[in-house]
Amino acid sequence: MKPVPELKPVLELENASFAYRGRTDPVVADIALPVESGQSLALVGESGAGKTTLLRMLLGLARPTSGAVRFDGDELRPRDREQMTRFRRDVQCVFQDPYSSLDPRRRVGGIVAEPLRSLGIDTRRTAGPKVAAALERVGLPADAAERYPHEFSGGQRQRIAIARATVCEPRVLLADEPVSALDVTTRVKVVELLGELKREHGLTLVMVSHDLSVVASLCERTAVLERGRVVEQGPTAQVLGAPAHPYTARLVASVPRLPTAAGPG
Amino acid sequence: MNILELHDLTIRTTDGRTLVDGLSLALAPGERLGLIGESGSGKSLTSLAVLGLLPAGMTASGRVVLAGAPITGASERELTGVRGRDAAIVFQEPLTALDPLMRVGRQIAGPLGRRRGLKGTALRQAVTAALEQVRLPDPERVARAFPHEISGGQRQRVALAMALACEPKLLIADEPTTALDVTVQAELLTLLDTLVRERDMALLFVSHDLAVVAKIADRVLVMRNGRAVETGEVREIVGAPREEYTRELVNSARRLESALDLRSGR
Repeated sequence: MKPVPELKPVLELENASFAYRGRTDPVVADIALPVESGQSLALVGESGAGKTTLLRMLLGLARPTSGAVRFDGDELRPRDREQMTRFRRDVQCVFQDPYSSLDPRRRVGGIVAEPLRSLGIDTRRTAGPKVAAALERVGLPADAAERYPHEFSGGQRQRIAIARATVCEPRVLLADEPVSALDVTTRVKVVELLGELKREHGLTLVMVSHDLSVVASLCERTAVLERGRVVEQGPTAQVLGAPAHPYTARLVASVPRLPTAAGPG
Repeated sequence: MNILELHDLTIRTTDGRTLVDGLSLALAPGERLGLIGESGSGKSLTSLAVLGLLPAGMTASGRVVLAGAPITGASERELTGVRGRDAAIVFQEPLTALDPLMRVGRQIAGPLGRRRGLKGTALRQAVTAALEQVRLPDPERVARAFPHEISGGQRQRVALAMALACEPKLLIADEPTTALDVTVQAELLTLLDTLVRERDMALLFVSHDLAVVAKIADRVLVMRNGRAVETGEVREIVGAPREEYTRELVNSARRLESALDLRSGR
């Protein structure tokens, strides 16, 4: 069952623009993009189109030069500690490279418990059961907590990163190319895992991906960026199935496809 | 005569790990072979061994024969004579293949001058021609640019122009489109297809992506953990894989792809 979309988006970019200091030309301009609960959103476009900048604004890591980021309807204020604590609890993130996003000197249990400790939800002593549950959720054995990141493969490390991001049961998971560093057989499994987290834990994804098949597998909505502007957004089936913008059409047509068994593909 | 033959190629590290294990393959002139596998399968090492470019600390045994000449056991001087002329290589990341401090034109002029003995105006014209061949618009401007001043797709075209400068009989392409955006990838694959056909080159295309390989290669060799799993026509391998591992690869790729069909069908 999909939760009924709320009236207020969980996260929203409201006519947001971002320019680097000292530059007048914005990286992204006039972005109006709501993220509604249960409606996972994909951001697609070429490198340099501004996908990651949007994600950074949604994470509160970059402040829009004009416009606003809204969380549950309120403007995000990085200095409001009470709001930021609620925000961090509800909005977590996963990055592309599972090798550089985990501290190599810490055991997996400590890594996964980090959000619980930094948000003041649990201490080291009381975090155990939640860490075990998070590891189980992502399909890792319980004894993984005692081991170090280097003992795991790329796919398993990405599972660890997902366990860390979901340990405090957030509502939104922001993911920047979460599966593109993985081999295809592993990629399928991590996509399945993310799908499960959506279904069973009501997680809403906001995902940057250049892989349209991953987008189509996981996201109800898609926004297409070209040179810092959203050129098209809507239900994924519509955007990718019947693109309205010529750039989207070119993007979809460029995806290499396997030849069909029947004949020329 | 085959342009490339590998007989029982085995690549080991000095501490005794075997990374490629008894690989044999043959490539006829004009033939296109895709080498496919996941990370750690040994596909890139195999392609490096063809030109005697294995990193320090790795040794190759078995035989590599390129255009009739043995590569394994050849001296560095003999290898220099072979590289670029019999076979040339294009890598995944054009930024690492290009010297960041040298204008693009000079980098292409290097092999052209050495191999063909060109100088002055003739050399400049040959550089422009090489850039035109890879369909770079405004080749004079690109020749004057530094690598960071042009886009990723343009850089890969420059790397391709360098590889083709000495008219090799075999082009080795190691994940040449993996770092590129999907629209740029599509353009580069079309270009590669045209160039290989026009020049009647053989192609060894290394990739993790079955769909990309299927677009460009006739035959495919699936590798896993340094060994050949199976080989055959692309359509056969994709349509009816015989080995369990190949089936897993194809099924994974199809499963992801099918998401696109469901959506567009509505």
